[in-house]
Amino acid sequence: MANLISLPALAGHNSSRASGAMPTSKVRKRYWITLGIMIALALVFAAGLLAWDNPMPVGSEGFWIIAKMRAGSILTMAVVAACQAIATVSFQTVTNNRLLTPSIMGFEALYRVVQTGAVFFLGVAGITFFTGVSQFALQVAIMVALSVALYGWLLSGKLGNIQIMLLVGIIIGTGLGSVATFMQRMLTPSEFDVLTARLFGSMTNADMSYMPLAIPLLIVAGGYLVASSKKLNILALGKETTINLGINHRREVMVTLFFVSILMAVSTALVGPLTFLGFLVATLAYQLADTYDHRFIYPMAFLAGFVVLAGSYFIMKNVFYAQGVVGIIIEAVGGITFLIFILRKGRL
Amino acid sequence: MITLNDVQKKYSSEVSIGPVTLQIPTGGITALVGPNGAGKSTMLTMVGRLLGIDSGSIEVAGYDVSKTNSKDLAKIVSILRQENHFVTRLTVRQLVGFGRYPHSKGRLTMADEEIISRSIDFLDLSELEGRYLDELSGGQRQRAYVAMVLAQDTDTVLLDEPLNNLDMKHSVIMMRHLKRAAAELNRTIVIVLHDINFAGHYADYICAMKQGKVVEFGTPERIMDDEILTNVFETPVRVIAGPEGPLAVYY
Repeated sequence: MANLISLPALAGHNSSRASGAMPTSKVRKRYWITLGIMIALALVFAAGLLAWDNPMPVGSEGFWIIAKMRAGSILTMAVVAACQAIATVSFQTVTNNRLLTPSIMGFEALYRVVQTGAVFFLGVAGITFFTGVSQFALQVAIMVALSVALYGWLLSGKLGNIQIMLLVGIIIGTGLGSVATFMQRMLTPSEFDVLTARLFGSMTNADMSYMPLAIPLLIVAGGYLVASSKKLNILALGKETTINLGINHRREVMVTLFFVSILMAVSTALVGPLTFLGFLVATLAYQLADTYDHRFIYPMAFLAGFVVLAGSYFIMKNVFYAQGVVGIIIEAVGGITFLIFILRKGRL
Repeated sequence: MITLNDVQKKYSSEVSIGPVTLQIPTGGITALVGPNGAGKSTMLTMVGRLLGIDSGSIEVAGYDVSKTNSKDLAKIVSILRQENHFVTRLTVRQLVGFGRYPHSKGRLTMADEEIISRSIDFLDLSELEGRYLDELSGGQRQRAYVAMVLAQDTDTVLLDEPLNNLDMKHSVIMMRHLKRAAAELNRTIVIVLHDINFAGHYADYICAMKQGKVVEFGTPERIMDDEILTNVFETPVRVIAGPEGPLAVYY
């Protein structure tokens, strides 16, 4: 095999010629500076959320009690940012498509159906019936089971085609969404009002008692995906190149999608639908990191997610006083940032 | 040596490939020629295990393609398809570096870097190695893809129409590079070609396919013949003596 090495050198090998994740030192420097700025922003927003508008004097006992109460929502944001960032980047890599997010594959529609169904069949009491750790676990399990059934059915056997899988996923998602809308039409106004609070993505939806389950799931699923960064770098080159380089493409895609579905299920069951966040965060991360290497994209995507979430929350709480509709702010702030980046660079 | 034994692939009752039984000798360039839909690319992708076979067996250098671990095969045979489009933005050097994955598993050593540099130099891409693929012309990009499969350092290299979209000058340069790779690096190169005159001039063997079956296999001297080519391409072909060897005239 190794016959290139035995050839007389065609050109003196220069040790400065290296094939790292960053082509030049300028790109490398820019990456670390950007990462530093993102970390600083994340810390500023986190500190702002903890300390801003805290009625007690800084450092006093009361100050820390209030800060501790707020720390829960910061933890939720970190978990949600990590789930959405890792899931979306991985999903876009294995589907070779940078315009999709895993949330259109029916996760959010399923969440809506489960929540609406609870209110539809059990009345307002249904919402309380559907809160609790075991219910959280059940909801995650249903979402993962549905998506694994979908991937397993569509990616094995004769079809074996990611495009068809995406199309079927979108159709199932739309169908489930229509079922939920149909049930909502028949609710009383008071029941609908209670339900609406659950259907907007909101950090206050999260119950701290879910964390002992959500965090281990994030560590296992997210950890696996981050650890397979090098394989994902190859998978991003498409099916044929992946097989040519000796990787079992179908197996890797299915395993990746399985862990993606766990992350999406955790995030959705925790805070509700955040359709736009994953796409926004992944796209921002590609722009900011400017490399193909997932080892560098993941941290940037996580930080972008946290900064967008915490920033939107901070604005919502302290500027607009519009409690609970963080999704709208994410879309406004994130969407504008996204447009600025795209228009400035002119490519995805 | 590539050995195909009764290889068959069925799409429907009318459309099928094979049965193909064929031996492609080690070393040199073997060109697959034939009309559209003859099954050249399909056969190449089956040898490169991108497509499964329905019956029969394919061996590359003694390894059964459908039974050998894909990881090990990646060090024996490499394949480049016609259409290559990547969503990720890569420089030439990063792309060529991916060719080392079967050996390095993503952790490039000094030896890997040296092989990457050689492959780049071999295809005259040294000046362009820091450029992004979307900043290159079609011909330069095609050369970068070939550099990638050369860096994979396999004895057998399968190329599906590498001259697609290349102009006259770049087609000739590409064929010279491949000829040199076969001679200097001892590669066995199997290549799908559309231009019979390119095959006649640069290939060591020509394999002519028609309707899913191999109809002729031999040296260019034997295949470059009025009767054989007329039969294969189903259009009148006359072979005349040109300044650089036989020329097929079909217009």
